[in-house]
Amino acid sequence: MTVEPAEKLLAPVLSAFWDDPRSWTLETYRRHEGYEALGKALAMAPDDLIAYVKDSGLRGRGGAGFPTGMKWQFIPQGDGKPHYLVVNADESEPGTCKDIPLLFANPHALIEGMVIACYAIRSNHAFIYLRGEVVPVLRRLHEAVREAYEAGYLGTNIKGSGFDLDITVHAGAGAYICGEETALLDSLEGRRGQPRLRPPFPAVEGLYACPTVVNNVESIASVPAIIQRGKEWFRSMGSEKSPGFTLYSLSGHVARPGQYEGPLGITLRQLLDMGGGMRPGHRLKFWTPGGSSTPMFTDEHLDVPLDYEGVGAAGSMLGTKALQCFDETTCVVRAVTRWTEFYAHESCGKCTPCREGTYWLVQLLRDIEAGKGRTEDLDKLQDIADNINGKSFCALGDGAAAPIFSSLKYFRAEYEEHIEGNGCPFDPARSTAWADKSRTEAHA
Amino acid sequence: MTEVSQGGASRGVSLGIPELPAPDYPADVRARLETDAKEVIARYPGSRSALLPLLHLVQSEEGYVTRTGIRFCAEQLELTTAEVTAVATFYTMYRRKASGDYQVGVCTNTLCAVMGGDAIFDELKQHLGIGNDETTEDGKVTLEHIECNAACDFAPVVMVNWEFFDDQTPESARQLVDDLIAGREVRPTRGAPLCTYKETARILAGFPDQRAGAVEATGGAGPASLAGLRLHRGEVPAPKVVGQRGESATEDAGAYDTPTSPSPAQHPSSHDAPGRTAESDPDNPADPVADRTGDHATEEEGE
Ligand SMILES: Cc1cc2nc3c(=O)[nH]c(=O)nc-3n(C[C@H](O)[C@H](O)[C@H](O)COP(=O)(O)O)c2cc1C
Ligand code: SF4
Ligand code: FES
Repeated sequence: MTVEPAEKLLAPVLSAFWDDPRSWTLETYRRHEGYEALGKALAMAPDDLIAYVKDSGLRGRGGAGFPTGMKWQFIPQGDGKPHYLVVNADESEPGTCKDIPLLFANPHALIEGMVIACYAIRSNHAFIYLRGEVVPVLRRLHEAVREAYEAGYLGTNIKGSGFDLDITVHAGAGAYICGEETALLDSLEGRRGQPRLRPPFPAVEGLYACPTVVNNVESIASVPAIIQRGKEWFRSMGSEKSPGFTLYSLSGHVARPGQYEGPLGITLRQLLDMGGGMRPGHRLKFWTPGGSSTPMFTDEHLDVPLDYEGVGAAGSMLGTKALQCFDETTCVVRAVTRWTEFYAHESCGKCTPCREGTYWLVQLLRDIEAGKGRTEDLDKLQDIADNINGKSFCALGDGAAAPIFSSLKYFRAEYEEHIEGNGCPFDPARSTAWADKSRTEAHA
Repeated sequence: MTEVSQGGASRGVSLGIPELPAPDYPADVRARLETDAKEVIARYPGSRSALLPLLHLVQSEEGYVTRTGIRFCAEQLELTTAEVTAVATFYTMYRRKASGDYQVGVCTNTLCAVMGGDAIFDELKQHLGIGNDETTEDGKVTLEHIECNAACDFAPVVMVNWEFFDDQTPESARQLVDDLIAGREVRPTRGAPLCTYKETARILAGFPDQRAGAVEATGGAGPASLAGLRLHRGEVPAPKVVGQRGESATEDAGAYDTPTSPSPAQHPSSHDAPGRTAESDPDNPADPVADRTGDHATEEEGE
């Protein structure tokens, strides 16, 4: 096995010109074939466009990997009701950090994708639900939408096609659960963001009880490139069931954290090899393939192909491709406790297993971390997680159970160490970004 | 995040005597806000959708969501104040008490916490003499720990009025709050020169930032966002795949162990870790980029 150079393994598409000094502007986007796909799309019949996206094999990048074209196809046509596209830009899953840099550096890719998607599903009003805590991104979205109106890519009779579209940029107000698509719709209707019972699915009764497509930022932003370069080109990357390119986000104790855009199916080993590995002198201990809600992996899983099937077969989920890497200085009990505190805080309170279960998990984990745990607590953790997983109203509950199950599976001994040794054997100072710098300096 | 149990005690429970209706805004303020509210409501097919932006709007007036603000939202949207309150209290970005001009939020979700966010938060608490969700006496800084802000590749992250301060340390964060308190101009690593919390809330209500240069401030993408692109272009020296034991290291990445390099850490499943391959074997001469030199001796070897 030889190491492929990075330029062969990576395939920047959405990120291809992020280093342009004014990458977010319409002018830059146009210089890179921006809005050319729109012309092609508007020349197609909407149903053909849906079929084309379906044939490309594009799958949702928001976590679940649902085929995007199929989602569009579910929108009933000729029903006389308004249709809506809602872009999910709530990006709040711990570890996930792709949509925000994408929108900061290249917001027009999303807007062009939205115009194409709306034309396909016959929607004349689309929304971008952006988490509120990212004002620099909000500024650029405001500006990009303004530019697009001014240039005639939004508004009435877009580019002489007779098609009209308005986009509303909507800032959320701080609630992870609003990333869940039905909670997002309630939030967008001005309510508390709590998930809705399904069915009816949003495709039938979504925003204002009208047919609605909810798609992730990266899913929609990928559409123009597919139209412009062709579905065959898209299918030439990745695998049969997981075709195309995607953004992988490498973070944590790695030498070079950041965004790596490449074909689906790349492995963490390949990404680490090209990115410079773990930080000097350290080794990988555990990592998440797609955010904190996806069961963690260890160094056993370095060669798992990072696509929907590969990660699934290895017992986790591709999720958002948020590769949070932790080295041997990190206490897994500390990490899981913190994630669980997050789920407890963000639980919307609608259903009992999640609301009560996450609260209870936090109490047990804090005790274990503080050296006050008992051996029976480990079975209790497992038991509570069992009662949340699959028994909650929405997938937040399943996500909360994932770190518990997976850490107990791979690191039970470390939990036991906390219990038997009456506390945490790790020194958090050694995990910090500056830990080795000061040590190196001290030795110099 | 840590306040899992929040008794209702802090706001007090008053039994018996109903609260008087909230006072209205002064006429001129109300007229101005009504004009804004109309514009916000017009963006949506259903008026109630304007509630979240309107709550940001009233926050831009008073710095937090007051009873007057709630009454205003209710009147604009023909809702009850109870309905508005139910929404306002669900979302963490709506403040329920007067706070500082600058909200300093330290990310203490797992990844940032481990990378140093916990240490930064502790440092700031100590330095400012305040706890979570408390404000300095001069009304300048409100300190908070926040959840993952979608910037993990820039960890540890601090947000001030929701602009990004990436790759922080306890020292840089202390300098940051000192500058804020002293009124010196502070620029984020990604985002525009800081405005006050109220001005930020107005942008969140959907009114674009009118300051010249605000949109383009700090350029295209942050450095971490470009990591893959730069490698693809061959712009960063491809890092060496395996640090040679006892020598070597690098300009920026440093020598490192591969993820699978044997280590005394008793990983429970290291027995079935992938076998050594050319690129994971430190002694393998097949090292494709063996020309890196530097001074980060591999002193952490063997941990
Ligand atoms: C608790 C929770 C949070 C979620 N957060 C997000 C999010 O921030 N962004 C996102 O695109 N999808 C999120 N999702 C997934 C959405 O429900 C939905 O599946 C997705 O937006 C669909 O888009 P896609 O088909 O393009 O992937 C979340 C799901 C859950 C259960
Ligand atoms: S699983 Fe949690 S977040 Fe989802 S509905 Fe139930 S309480 Fe709310
Ligand atoms: S964990 Fe801090 S930004 Fe993601």
